[in-house]
Amino acid sequence: MDNVFTNKLRKKNFSLPEAYGSQFVKRVFQRKDMLFALAALLLFAGLSVFAPLLSPYDPNAIDLKNKNLTPSEEHILGTDYLGRDLLSRILIGARTSLSIASGVVLISLFLGTATGCAAGYYGGFVDESISRVTDIFLSFPSVIFALTIMGALGAGVFNLMLALSIVHWAKYARMMRGQVLSIKKQEFVLSAITGGAGDFYIIRKHIVPNAIATLFVLATIDFGHVILSIATLSFLGIGLPADVPEWGAMLSAGKEFMRTAPYQTIFPGLAITFIVIIFSILGDGMRDILDPNHEGGEID
Amino acid sequence: MKYFIKRVGFMALTIFAVCALTFFLMNVIPGGTAKLVLKHTFVGLEESVTDEQLNQISDKYDLDDPLYLQFFRWIKEAVLRGDIGTSYVFKKPVLYLLALRLPATIQLAMVSMLIAMLAGVSLGIYSAIRENKISDHILRIVTLFGVSMPGFWVALLLILIFSLRLKLVPVTGYGSLENLLLPAAALSLHSVAAVMRVTRTSMLETLGQEYIRFAKAKGLPLWKIVSRHALKNAMLPVITVIGFQMGGLLGGTVVIEKIFAWPGIGSLLVDSISARDLPVVQGCVLAIVMMFLFVHFLVDMLYTHLDPRIRYG
Repeated sequence: MDNVFTNKLRKKNFSLPEAYGSQFVKRVFQRKDMLFALAALLLFAGLSVFAPLLSPYDPNAIDLKNKNLTPSEEHILGTDYLGRDLLSRILIGARTSLSIASGVVLISLFLGTATGCAAGYYGGFVDESISRVTDIFLSFPSVIFALTIMGALGAGVFNLMLALSIVHWAKYARMMRGQVLSIKKQEFVLSAITGGAGDFYIIRKHIVPNAIATLFVLATIDFGHVILSIATLSFLGIGLPADVPEWGAMLSAGKEFMRTAPYQTIFPGLAITFIVIIFSILGDGMRDILDPNHEGGEID
Repeated sequence: MKYFIKRVGFMALTIFAVCALTFFLMNVIPGGTAKLVLKHTFVGLEESVTDEQLNQISDKYDLDDPLYLQFFRWIKEAVLRGDIGTSYVFKKPVLYLLALRLPATIQLAMVSMLIAMLAGVSLGIYSAIRENKISDHILRIVTLFGVSMPGFWVALLLILIFSLRLKLVPVTGYGSLENLLLPAAALSLHSVAAVMRVTRTSMLETLGQEYIRFAKAKGLPLWKIVSRHALKNAMLPVITVIGFQMGGLLGGTVVIEKIFAWPGIGSLLVDSISARDLPVVQGCVLAIVMMFLFVHFLVDMLYTHLDPRIRYG
C-alpha cells in the first residue's frame, strides 16, 4: 500500500559505494560528536563486559540492614529497597540491555534483509504478499504490539528478544525492499543477469553489499529504540523476570521510594538516556555521511 | 477516489489481521482458558475446583472447539451484534469498559499532540531562524535529550520535581486541568523534540530557496517571510513526522497512564495483561490500533490535499 510513510522510506535509496571503507572511517574521524559517541559506546560496552569484575558488590546480594541508603563512599550511588548496591546493578544492567538489544537488532536485521530482498528482487506475488504483511506489522504501535506478545509469552530474556524482534523486523524489510528495487535497475546487476548469473549469486554479490550500509544506519538508530522498549516493558513488569537486573525494572522499584530515596529513580534513567543518546548521535552521523541530502530525522 | 477506496480496504484488512493476531496470541497461553475464567470467578477458591466444573465452563463458553472456530464465532458476534466479548474480571461487556475509558485516553493523546505541534513547530522555526546561534545550540542539545529520555522516566522526574518537591500539582487524579499537566508534558516531550528537529531541518532547507531570497531582497520583514512564504512549504515533512509520532504517543499512553493512574485504555490494557483478562486485552489493542489507523489516514489525506503533486494509485 502506498502512503506518505512508505513513500518517504522508499525515497531513501542513496547510492553508496563511494562512501564505503576507508572514506567512511575518515569522515567519522572528522566528526567530533561521532568520535565522542563512539568512545562512550566503547566505554559502555567495556563496562558491561567486565561488569562482574568492576562492580564493588554482588548485584543481587540482599542486605536489609543497609536498604535505601543515600549515596556514600561505601555505596557510590546508594542502595535499593533490598539493600542491593545500585552502582553494581546499573553496571550489570548495561549488560542486560546491550545484549538483548544486540540480539533483537541482529535478528531483525537478518529477517528484514532476507524478506526485503525476496520482495524487492522477485517482485510480483512474492512482493505483494510480503509487503502486505510488513504493512500490517507496521500499523501496530510498537510498544502495544510488544506488550501483547509479552502478555501471551510471559516474562523472560528469550521471550523479550523474540517479542521485540517480531515487532522490529518489518522496518528493515521495508527499507531493504526499497534498496533492492533501486539497485536492481543499475547496470552492473543487469550485466550480471545477462551474463547468466544465478539469483542467489546476484543477491549475495551485488545487492546485499550495496544495500547493507543503509540498513546499518537504520540498525544503529533502532538500537536506541530497542533499548527504550526493553526498559519500558520491564518498567511495566511485563519484560524480564524479577531477578534480572535491568534499568527499567530498577526505576519501577525505585519509584515506590521516591519521597525518601529519589536517587533510585534518577541514576538508572540517566544510564538509559546516555546510551540512547550515543546511538542517536552515531545513527544520525552515519546517515549524514552516507546521505548528505537527507531531510532530517523523519524515520525516528 | 480509487486511492481512497484502496486505503479503506487496507484499513479493514489490517483491523481483521490485528484481531486474528491478538486472538491467537492470547490463546496460546499455557494453562488453558477455562482455568483462567475460573480463576476470576472463584477468587481464592481455585484449589477446590473440580474437573467437572472445569468441563462445565469449557462447555458454556465452547472453549473446547478448535481456535479458528472460536475466532470465527468471535468475529461473527463482533460484526453482527457489536459484541466483542465480556471481561473475565469485571463481568461487564468489553465495549462498555472501552467506552468508559476511551475519553480519558483521547483527551490525553489529543492534548499531548497539540502541545507537540505547537511547541515543536514554533521552537523549530525559532531554532532555524537563529541557526548556529547559542539559543539554537541549546535547543538542539535539549531536543537530543528529549528524543532519548524514556517517557516514563520523564514522568517520574516531573513527579519528583513538581509534585513531591515543589508540591505544585497532585501526583494522580483525573478531571481537572492540573491533573492533566504532568501526564501531557511527560507524554509529549518526545514528540515535541522530534517535531522540532524536523521543523528546523525543513525550515532551513526552505529558507535557502531562491524565492525566499527574493522575498528578502524585496524587503519583507522576517516574520512575514516565515509565515507567508516559508511555513507552508516547510510543513510537509512535519506532517509526516506528526503521523509517525502518533504511534509513539499512543504507545506512550500505556506507561504514562499507568504511572499517573490515568483512567484510560492504556492502563486498562496493562492491568488486563497482568490479570490475563483476554477479551479486554483484545478490545484495548483493537481500539488503539483503530485510533492509530484513523490518524494515519487523516494525515495521508491532509498530505495529498496540501501537496497536489502527490497522487497515489
